[in-house]
Amino acid sequence: MNSDIDVSETLDVRGENCPMPVVKTKQAVDDIAEGETLEVLATDPGSMSDIGGWAESTADVELVDQQETAEGGETIFRHFVARVA
Amino acid sequence: MSTDDTTASEPTPDVARLESRVEELEAELAAVKDDVGDDPKKMVIIATKGTLDMAYPPLILASTAAAFGYDVTVFHTFWGLEILHEDHSSDLQLSAVGNPNMPMPNAIAALPGMDAMTTRMMRKRIADNDVATVEELIQMSLDTGVDLQACQMTIDLLDYDEDDFYDGVTTGVGAASAFQEMVEADIQLLV
Repeated sequence: MNSDIDVSETLDVRGENCPMPVVKTKQAVDDIAEGETLEVLATDPGSMSDIGGWAESTADVELVDQQETAEGGETIFRHFVARVA
Repeated sequence: MSTDDTTASEPTPDVARLESRVEELEAELAAVKDDVGDDPKKMVIIATKGTLDMAYPPLILASTAAAFGYDVTVFHTFWGLEILHEDHSSDLQLSAVGNPNMPMPNAIAALPGMDAMTTRMMRKRIADNDVATVEELIQMSLDTGVDLQACQMTIDLLDYDEDDFYDGVTTGVGAASAFQEMVEADIQLLV
């Protein structure tokens, strides 16, 4: 929210665990247009390596950034995934 | 010095033959690369177990591989059919007997009601840890294009009906079709 990244959609998978964050990220990325960026909010610490690894090995997708923020005593993992083709 | 001159100025017929062979092979390689690039990678899982804990690995891997762009088939046979059974999938059990990881001796684990208690504890942990239910994972697998197959021979063997399974489950398939898919797959797993 306090980020400079231009986000077109936000996927909220807070409270969901493996494999849902990465599977739902894939579905949401399919729904955005080329050049757009998806923001993913997660509470699953595993989402950092899962979404990072998924983006790395998936064509047409680029991991723009991953952030870890504390909000109201809860750690939020924020992922920014761009569709590049 | 005189040898250098000979090799540089007179390409023998052999060289010409090799050059054309190299061209041929390069064309073949390009064709193979095209082929590989066009087909999505493929994973086949054979799911044979129907306990609560063993329902998770095939479904989690299947939906994950689908997210990675894989073409995924899960062939459910024997007790693996329970995972796809609409009435049974939400009621899969976990046995405390024969599992050395359980914090109780087998003699106690075998007492009446212990399986039910173990299953209840596991379900509570699943819910407390935000882990998806088996039904949610089945739905997600189907939504992401995973082909969930129910082995016809074991449907008959266990006296099930094709309508007992979730909508979208493939029936009428057997070992031969599963084997064919495994032959073409990049990853084959037996769970």
